[in-house]
Amino acid sequence: MFAFVVKRLGLAVLVALAVSMIAFLLLRLSGDPAVALAGEGARQADIELIRHTYGFDRPLVVQYAEWLWKTLRGELGNSVYFKTEVGPLIFSKLPTTLLLGFSALLFALLISIPLGVLAAIYKNSWIDRLCLTTAVVGQALPNFFFALLLIMVFSIWLRVLPVSGSGTWLHFVMPTVALGYYVAPAFMRLTRAGMIEVLEADYIRTARAKGLPPSRVIFKHALRNAVVPVVALSAVQLGFLLGGSVVIETIFALDGLGYLAYQSITFKDYPVMQVIVLLLSVIYVLLTLASDVANAWLDPRIRVA
Amino acid sequence: MKTRPSVISFRRLAALALTAGLLAINGPATAGKKDDTLRFAYDQAPESVDPFFNNVRIGVIIGANVWDTLIHRDPNTNEYKGLLAKSWKQIDDRTIEFDLREGVKFHNGEEFDADSVVYTLNFVANTDNKVITQQNVNWIEKAEKLGKYKVRLTTKKVFPAAIEYLAGPVVIHPAKYYQEVGPKGMNAKPVGTGPYRVTQYTLGKSILLERNPDYFSDSPKTRPKIGKIEIRFIPDRQTQMAEALSAGTDLIMHVPKDQADQSKNVPHLQVLSGETMRIVFMQLNSQEGSPAAPLKDVRVRKAINHAIDREAIAKNIVGAGSRVIHTICFPSQFGCTDEGATRYSYDPALAKKLLAEAGFPNGFEADILAYRERNQTEALINYLGAVGIKAKLNFPQYAAMRDLIRANKVHMAHQTWGSFSVNDVSAATPVFYGFESDDITRDAEVRDLLLKGNNSIDPKVRKDAYKAALARIADRAYGVPLWSLPVYYVAARELSFTAYPDELVRFWEMSWK
Repeated sequence: MFAFVVKRLGLAVLVALAVSMIAFLLLRLSGDPAVALAGEGARQADIELIRHTYGFDRPLVVQYAEWLWKTLRGELGNSVYFKTEVGPLIFSKLPTTLLLGFSALLFALLISIPLGVLAAIYKNSWIDRLCLTTAVVGQALPNFFFALLLIMVFSIWLRVLPVSGSGTWLHFVMPTVALGYYVAPAFMRLTRAGMIEVLEADYIRTARAKGLPPSRVIFKHALRNAVVPVVALSAVQLGFLLGGSVVIETIFALDGLGYLAYQSITFKDYPVMQVIVLLLSVIYVLLTLASDVANAWLDPRIRVA
Repeated sequence: MKTRPSVISFRRLAALALTAGLLAINGPATAGKKDDTLRFAYDQAPESVDPFFNNVRIGVIIGANVWDTLIHRDPNTNEYKGLLAKSWKQIDDRTIEFDLREGVKFHNGEEFDADSVVYTLNFVANTDNKVITQQNVNWIEKAEKLGKYKVRLTTKKVFPAAIEYLAGPVVIHPAKYYQEVGPKGMNAKPVGTGPYRVTQYTLGKSILLERNPDYFSDSPKTRPKIGKIEIRFIPDRQTQMAEALSAGTDLIMHVPKDQADQSKNVPHLQVLSGETMRIVFMQLNSQEGSPAAPLKDVRVRKAINHAIDREAIAKNIVGAGSRVIHTICFPSQFGCTDEGATRYSYDPALAKKLLAEAGFPNGFEADILAYRERNQTEALINYLGAVGIKAKLNFPQYAAMRDLIRANKVHMAHQTWGSFSVNDVSAATPVFYGFESDDITRDAEVRDLLLKGNNSIDPKVRKDAYKAALARIADRAYGVPLWSLPVYYVAARELSFTAYPDELVRFWEMSWK
């Protein structure tokens, strides 16, 4: 088990490093940061001045190596756009994104597990079809479009929820639903498949034969086993939710990491973008690692593979 | 007895749901008149609130409301009036002296005097201080204190637009405070003399302004009427519109034409449109080594001018507030005129004839670069196609488009220019025709005329030189002047405000109906 964890950890570090390198190169290839910073109508001399001031005129390898070295030592640099330190800027926005990510995950689990159980119990019936439709719609509907639909219904027609901002818990309702609904189908299908498999197992038949009430059979005996892979998937999906909040935070003007990512992309704020990409990839890699380790712990066969 | 707990929990649940519902109904903020707070949403957060360290429109808006300049330009008459300077006098070609207003205080209580002006101007003129808006300050050589309320300003070279810049982006900071905290501290806690002061600023999220109760009563800006202004940064235009529809904001700007048209039917909203100083024109690459050989022929360039029905596009696609222009500058700018400039009527038959004469009876293929208002570019492409010019669209980001232009890899460009709201031709035409890096025409005669206009302080000499330059550009068809862009505002019906071509949102003028 120890060797497995060390191996996975090594892989995780390599993945994070590769992501940071690719992100660094792609961002630089997407355009000249000095031109973007100078703005419309800047003269060539002004652009040169900015390029030199910020060190964009040095070779890419040098810029990357310097950035990596400083990042490893905890020096995250200054935001080119907001002219403030990247570390505090990012960490001031992180709580909003974490709150949104966790609430979206919770929302997704709250709707997908009951639907998955229902679909499994009433396999191939209209209830199953209805649950499936709900899942398909969730996956097929782009979340920015679903977000706009929510705004139209709850903010413009019914006027019960604020459109945008992050001042109160009400501001988080629509973003949570919009983000959570998108990942719910994966959980639902996994729960359904798990439940169908478990419900056909011998020990369930035994439990039923013992005369246990159906609710107890389903929730205590079947669901507890069927839900194990869902827990593992949750870790991975949380990473996806944190990264995927860029669009949702932008639409709802939620002052989190996703919104900051959007702003830094718009303004070619490389230092901020780099750290956000790195932070999200590290979180994602760590969550995947946690999921792998959890799975390996639960199922010894994985350790060998 | 068994059912009792479930009844209680049902009641609890119902009460919870009701409370949540009531909370929800009361939850969303109601905008407006009731709490004397104007809620303004904008799509872009400024990189810094310090006006010298941002180059975005919202920065200019905040700058004008929180700070004052030495001189004020009346947006209705374009007349210059004293603001922080009582009066000024041009001493020679490069020297202006200012008598300053007495008794003005900054928001932190610091007194305004010659020190503030001298420190600010010398600070921004020094390139070591890395001011972002270099074009707004790189003409300043130095400022000197002549007395507690008297200052002398020297420009690097003859710079007739100095007064216009001093009435626009060049705001005055408090000397002591700015020296102490620098641009970073100024961004964190902004201090000016303007009609509004900043009370709260959350980076990238919102700024709260409050009426400056001590604002001097004889300011040409007038004292502010609305108590508080909340500026929120909402990047998504649809979300901004939803905020306006649900009364979550009182004012949004840069609303797309179709959405503005639809908002006219909403009872609690009003739609205002106004012309902006942003002009739209086509650049035609006719310089030495142009990759588009046909464009070197003046007949081809004239044919392009005749091929486009500018009136129709301005009316049907660009929308209310726009007007067709005949020279490449904004009509209100000093020195801008279309007098004596060739006007090209919409005449596709003549365009085809000119193309045939130039040796292109079946037209030719060329690229067209554009970076915004794609629907307008597509209309241009259609009109060009009708006379046989097959224009292929390349639609990159602005920075990439400029790189292509500067690398001489452009055939035609659908260009726009806002002149930084500077009401002087020197901020517009010379950028594209004065041998600057964006000039893809490079006519020495045009350049010399523009330089003559730029380098004289005699208004008549300047006007004559610009007129001749603009006439030559039109006569040689070195571009296609198209139209000015309008801006649409959607506002709460109870808000009273005026839209100006410089796109400056003057909160101090606004009031509730």
